[in-house]
Amino acid sequence: MADVVVGKEKCGEQRLVSLPLSRIRVIMKSSPEVSSINQEALVLTAKATELFVQYLATYSYRHGSGKEKKALTYSDLSDTAEESETFQFLADILPKKILASKYLKTLKEKREEEEEEENDNDDESDDDEAES
Amino acid sequence: MAERPEDLNLPNAVITRIIKEALPDGVSTSKEARSAISRAASVFVLCATSCANSFAMKGKCKTLNASDVLSAMQEVELQWFMTPLKEALEAYRREQKRQEGSCDFFGKRDSETATLIGQFDLSCLLTRIVRQLLIPSFPPHPPKK
Repeated sequence: MADVVVGKEKCGEQRLVSLPLSRIRVIMKSSPEVSSINQEALVLTAKATELFVQYLATYSYRHGSGKEKKALTYSDLSDTAEESETFQFLADILPKKILASKYLKTLKEKREEEEEEENDNDDESDDDEAES
Repeated sequence: MAERPEDLNLPNAVITRIIKEALPDGVSTSKEARSAISRAASVFVLCATSCANSFAMKGKCKTLNASDVLSAMQEVELQWFMTPLKEALEAYRREQKRQEGSCDFFGKRDSETATLIGQFDLSCLLTRIVRQLLIPSFPPHPPKK
Protein backbone atom coordinates (compact mmCIF):
# COMPACT_ATOMS: atom_id res chain seq x y z
CA MET A 1 0.00 0.00 0.00
CA ALA A 2 2.76 2.42 0.99
CA ASP A 3 4.46 1.86 -2.35
CA VAL A 4 1.31 2.81 -4.23
CA VAL A 5 0.92 6.00 -2.15
CA VAL A 6 4.55 6.92 -2.65
CA GLY A 7 4.19 6.09 -6.31
CA LYS A 8 1.39 8.57 -6.85
CA GLU A 9 3.40 11.38 -5.31
CA LYS A 10 6.72 10.43 -6.87
CA CYS A 11 5.21 11.31 -10.26
CA GLY A 12 7.74 9.26 -12.16
CA GLU A 13 8.90 5.72 -11.71
CA GLN A 14 5.70 4.20 -10.33
CA ARG A 15 3.38 5.52 -13.03
CA LEU A 16 5.46 3.69 -15.64
CA VAL A 17 5.05 0.42 -13.77
CA SER A 18 2.34 -1.06 -11.54
CA LEU A 19 4.48 -3.53 -9.64
CA PRO A 20 6.09 -2.16 -6.44
CA LEU A 21 9.76 -1.41 -7.04
CA SER A 22 10.69 -2.17 -3.41
CA ARG A 23 9.42 -5.74 -3.76
CA ILE A 24 11.14 -6.21 -7.12
CA ARG A 25 14.36 -5.02 -5.50
CA VAL A 26 14.02 -7.56 -2.64
CA ILE A 27 13.61 -10.39 -5.14
CA MET A 28 16.55 -9.18 -7.24
CA LYS A 29 18.80 -8.82 -4.19
CA SER A 30 17.99 -12.38 -3.08
CA SER A 31 19.90 -13.57 -6.16
CA PRO A 32 23.49 -14.50 -5.21
CA GLU A 33 26.37 -12.38 -6.53
CA VAL A 34 24.19 -9.33 -7.14
CA SER A 35 25.76 -6.44 -5.27
CA SER A 36 24.06 -3.26 -6.41
CA ILE A 37 21.24 -2.34 -8.76
CA ASN A 38 20.97 0.86 -10.75
CA GLN A 39 17.53 2.52 -10.49
CA GLU A 40 17.00 2.28 -14.28
CA ALA A 41 17.69 -1.48 -14.15
CA LEU A 42 15.11 -1.79 -11.37
CA VAL A 43 12.44 0.08 -13.36
CA LEU A 44 13.18 -1.98 -16.50
CA THR A 45 13.03 -5.28 -14.59
CA ALA A 46 9.66 -4.30 -13.12
CA LYS A 47 8.35 -3.34 -16.56
CA ALA A 48 9.71 -6.56 -18.08
CA THR A 49 7.96 -8.57 -15.36
CA GLU A 50 4.65 -6.90 -16.19
CA LEU A 51 5.14 -7.71 -19.87
CA PHE A 52 5.99 -11.27 -18.89
CA VAL A 53 2.80 -11.67 -16.85
CA GLN A 54 0.74 -10.36 -19.78
CA TYR A 55 2.55 -12.67 -22.21
CA LEU A 56 2.19 -15.77 -20.03
CA ALA A 57 -1.51 -15.15 -19.44
CA THR A 58 -2.41 -14.42 -23.08
CA TYR A 59 -0.24 -17.21 -24.52
CA SER A 60 -1.65 -19.80 -22.10
CA TYR A 61 -5.22 -18.68 -22.79
CA ARG A 62 -4.84 -18.75 -26.57
CA HIS A 63 -3.19 -22.19 -26.61
CA GLY A 64 -5.12 -23.69 -23.73
CA SER A 65 -8.23 -25.77 -23.43
CA GLY A 66 -10.00 -23.26 -21.17
CA LYS A 67 -10.75 -21.10 -24.19
CA GLU A 68 -14.17 -22.69 -24.80
CA LYS A 69 -15.22 -21.88 -21.27
CA LYS A 70 -13.69 -18.37 -21.41
CA ALA A 71 -11.46 -19.19 -18.48
CA LEU A 72 -7.74 -19.39 -17.82
CA THR A 73 -6.92 -22.41 -15.67
CA TYR A 74 -3.82 -23.84 -13.99
CA SER A 75 -3.61 -26.67 -16.55
CA ASP A 76 -3.37 -24.08 -19.38
CA LEU A 77 -0.30 -22.67 -17.63
CA SER A 78 1.33 -26.05 -16.95
CA ASP A 79 0.75 -27.03 -20.60
CA THR A 80 2.49 -23.82 -21.68
CA ALA A 81 5.45 -24.52 -19.38
CA GLU A 82 5.81 -28.00 -20.84
CA GLU A 83 5.29 -27.20 -24.53
CA SER A 84 6.77 -23.75 -25.13
CA GLU A 85 10.55 -23.29 -25.22
CA THR A 86 10.29 -19.71 -24.00
CA PHE A 87 8.46 -20.77 -20.83
CA GLN A 88 10.33 -24.01 -20.21
CA PHE A 89 12.21 -22.51 -17.25
CA LEU A 90 8.85 -22.58 -15.44
CA ALA A 91 8.37 -26.35 -15.85
CA ASP A 92 9.53 -27.12 -12.28
CA ILE A 93 7.25 -24.60 -10.60
CA LEU A 94 4.23 -25.30 -12.84
CA PRO A 95 4.20 -29.09 -12.91
CA LYS A 96 1.36 -30.99 -14.53
CA LYS A 97 -1.20 -32.44 -12.19
CA ILE A 98 -1.74 -36.18 -12.00
CA LEU A 99 -4.20 -38.20 -9.93
CA ALA A 100 -2.76 -39.43 -6.62
CA SER A 101 -3.77 -43.00 -7.50
CA LYS A 102 -1.80 -42.82 -10.76
CA TYR A 103 1.25 -41.41 -8.94
CA LEU A 104 1.13 -44.16 -6.28
CA LYS A 105 0.83 -46.79 -9.02
CA THR A 106 3.92 -45.37 -10.83
CA LEU A 107 5.81 -45.31 -7.52
CA LYS A 108 4.91 -48.95 -6.82
CA GLU A 109 6.02 -50.06 -10.31
CA LYS A 110 9.32 -48.23 -9.85
CA ARG A 111 9.95 -49.94 -6.49
CA GLU A 112 9.21 -53.36 -7.98
CA GLU A 113 11.71 -52.71 -10.78
CA GLU A 114 14.38 -51.69 -8.25
CA GLU A 115 13.74 -54.82 -6.16
CA GLU A 116 14.11 -57.01 -9.25
CA GLU A 117 17.44 -55.39 -10.08
CA GLU A 118 18.71 -55.94 -6.53
CA ASN A 119 17.67 -59.61 -6.66
CA ASP A 120 19.51 -60.03 -9.98
CA ASN A 121 22.67 -58.48 -8.50
CA ASP A 122 22.47 -60.77 -5.42
CA ASP A 123 22.13 -63.86 -7.65
CA GLU A 124 25.24 -62.86 -9.64
CA SER A 125 27.35 -62.37 -6.50
CA ASP A 126 26.19 -65.77 -5.11
CA ASP A 127 27.31 -67.44 -8.37
CA ASP A 128 30.73 -65.73 -8.12
CA GLU A 129 31.21 -67.01 -4.55
CA ALA A 130 30.21 -70.57 -5.54
CA GLU A 131 32.81 -70.62 -8.38
CA SER A 132 35.66 -69.46 -6.14
CA MET B 1 19.06 -9.50 5.72
CA ALA B 2 17.09 -12.76 5.46
CA GLU B 3 13.98 -12.52 3.32
CA ARG B 4 10.75 -13.97 4.58
CA PRO B 5 9.00 -16.21 2.05
CA GLU B 6 6.20 -13.70 1.53
CA ASP B 7 8.71 -10.96 0.61
CA LEU B 8 9.55 -12.82 -2.57
CA ASN B 9 5.92 -12.76 -3.74
CA LEU B 10 4.42 -9.97 -5.76
CA PRO B 11 1.14 -8.39 -4.59
CA ASN B 12 -1.88 -10.44 -5.73
CA ALA B 13 -4.02 -7.40 -6.47
CA VAL B 14 -1.52 -5.97 -8.95
CA ILE B 15 -0.92 -9.33 -10.64
CA THR B 16 -4.67 -9.85 -10.96
CA ARG B 17 -5.10 -6.43 -12.54
CA ILE B 18 -2.31 -7.01 -15.07
CA ILE B 19 -3.83 -10.40 -16.05
CA LYS B 20 -7.33 -8.95 -16.35
CA GLU B 21 -6.17 -6.10 -18.58
CA ALA B 22 -4.24 -8.51 -20.82
CA LEU B 23 -7.01 -11.06 -21.37
CA PRO B 24 -10.16 -10.42 -23.43
CA ASP B 25 -13.26 -9.14 -21.62
CA GLY B 26 -15.31 -11.71 -19.79
CA VAL B 27 -12.47 -14.22 -19.33
CA SER B 28 -12.13 -15.44 -15.76
CA THR B 29 -8.94 -16.64 -14.13
CA SER B 30 -8.95 -19.28 -11.41
CA LYS B 31 -7.32 -18.43 -8.08
CA GLU B 32 -4.88 -21.25 -8.66
CA ALA B 33 -3.90 -19.82 -12.05
CA ARG B 34 -3.37 -16.34 -10.57
CA SER B 35 -1.20 -17.76 -7.80
CA ALA B 36 0.79 -19.76 -10.37
CA ILE B 37 1.36 -16.67 -12.54
CA SER B 38 2.50 -14.73 -9.48
CA ARG B 39 5.07 -17.44 -8.65
CA ALA B 40 6.15 -17.50 -12.29
CA ALA B 41 6.66 -13.73 -12.22
CA SER B 42 8.92 -13.99 -9.15
CA VAL B 43 10.95 -16.72 -10.85
CA PHE B 44 11.17 -14.53 -13.95
CA VAL B 45 12.64 -11.66 -11.89
CA LEU B 46 15.27 -14.05 -10.50
CA CYS B 47 16.13 -15.42 -13.96
CA ALA B 48 16.29 -11.98 -15.54
CA THR B 49 18.48 -10.71 -12.69
CA SER B 50 20.85 -13.65 -12.87
CA CYS B 51 21.17 -13.27 -16.63
CA ALA B 52 21.63 -9.47 -16.42
CA ASN B 53 24.24 -9.98 -13.71
CA SER B 54 26.27 -12.22 -16.05
CA PHE B 55 26.38 -9.36 -18.56
CA ALA B 56 27.39 -6.89 -15.85
CA MET B 57 30.20 -9.18 -14.68
CA LYS B 58 31.43 -9.60 -18.27
CA GLY B 59 31.75 -5.83 -18.40
CA LYS B 60 33.55 -5.98 -15.00
CA CYS B 61 30.87 -3.83 -13.42
CA LYS B 62 29.34 -4.56 -10.02
CA THR B 63 26.20 -2.52 -10.59
CA LEU B 64 23.38 -3.86 -12.72
CA ASN B 65 22.34 -1.26 -15.25
CA ALA B 66 19.66 -0.82 -17.91
CA SER B 67 21.70 -2.24 -20.79
CA ASP B 68 22.38 -5.42 -18.77
CA VAL B 69 18.64 -5.94 -18.35
CA LEU B 70 18.00 -5.31 -22.06
CA SER B 71 20.73 -7.79 -23.02
CA ALA B 72 19.20 -10.33 -20.65
CA MET B 73 15.84 -10.06 -22.44
CA GLN B 74 17.53 -10.87 -25.74
CA GLU B 75 19.33 -13.77 -24.11
CA VAL B 76 16.07 -15.36 -22.86
CA GLU B 77 14.53 -14.93 -26.32
CA LEU B 78 12.10 -12.19 -25.37
CA GLN B 79 13.34 -9.82 -28.07
CA TRP B 80 9.91 -8.38 -28.59
CA PHE B 81 10.15 -6.87 -25.08
CA MET B 82 12.89 -4.55 -26.37
CA THR B 83 10.64 -1.91 -27.95
CA PRO B 84 8.29 -1.37 -24.99
CA LEU B 85 11.23 -1.52 -22.56
CA LYS B 86 13.22 1.08 -24.49
CA GLU B 87 10.14 3.32 -24.59
CA ALA B 88 9.72 2.90 -20.84
CA LEU B 89 13.39 3.74 -20.30
CA GLU B 90 13.10 6.91 -22.41
CA ALA B 91 9.97 7.96 -20.54
CA TYR B 92 11.68 7.34 -17.20
CA ARG B 93 14.75 9.37 -18.20
CA ARG B 94 12.58 12.25 -19.41
CA GLU B 95 10.69 12.22 -16.11
CA GLN B 96 13.93 12.20 -14.13
CA LYS B 97 15.22 15.20 -16.10
CA ARG B 98 11.95 17.02 -15.57
CA GLN B 99 12.10 16.46 -11.82
CA GLU B 100 15.74 17.47 -11.59
CA GLY B 101 15.07 20.57 -13.66
CA SER B 102 12.05 21.64 -11.65
CA CYS B 103 13.95 21.54 -8.36
CA ASP B 104 16.93 23.35 -9.76
CA PHE B 105 15.39 26.80 -9.70
CA PHE B 106 18.20 28.20 -7.59
CA GLY B 107 20.76 27.12 -10.14
CA LYS B 108 21.30 27.24 -13.85
CA ARG B 109 18.05 28.60 -15.28
CA ASP B 110 17.39 32.27 -16.06
CA SER B 111 15.47 34.21 -13.45
CA GLU B 112 12.12 34.35 -15.29
CA THR B 113 12.02 30.62 -16.00
CA ALA B 114 13.24 29.91 -12.51
CA THR B 115 10.40 31.95 -11.03
CA LEU B 116 7.77 30.15 -13.13
CA ILE B 117 9.20 26.71 -12.35
CA GLY B 118 9.64 27.67 -8.75
CA GLN B 119 6.00 28.70 -8.37
CA PHE B 120 4.71 25.64 -10.21
CA ASP B 121 6.69 23.12 -8.19
CA LEU B 122 6.99 24.91 -4.89
CA SER B 123 4.11 22.97 -3.38
CA CYS B 124 5.64 19.70 -4.62
CA LEU B 125 9.00 20.62 -3.10
CA LEU B 126 7.51 21.72 0.22
CA THR B 127 5.51 18.48 0.44
CA ARG B 128 8.70 16.49 -0.05
CA ILE B 129 10.58 18.44 2.62
CA VAL B 130 7.75 18.02 5.13
CA ARG B 131 7.53 14.30 4.53
CA GLN B 132 11.24 13.67 4.65
CA LEU B 133 12.19 15.83 7.59
CA LEU B 134 9.26 16.51 9.83
CA ILE B 135 6.74 13.67 9.84
CA PRO B 136 8.75 10.90 11.64
CA SER B 137 9.93 13.11 14.45
CA PHE B 138 7.34 15.86 14.55
CA PRO B 139 6.57 16.53 18.16
CA PRO B 140 2.94 16.84 19.20
CA HIS B 141 1.70 20.35 19.96
CA PRO B 142 2.10 21.17 23.61
CA PRO B 143 -1.26 21.32 25.38
CA LYS B 144 -2.76 24.79 25.48
CA LYS B 145 -2.84 26.34 28.91
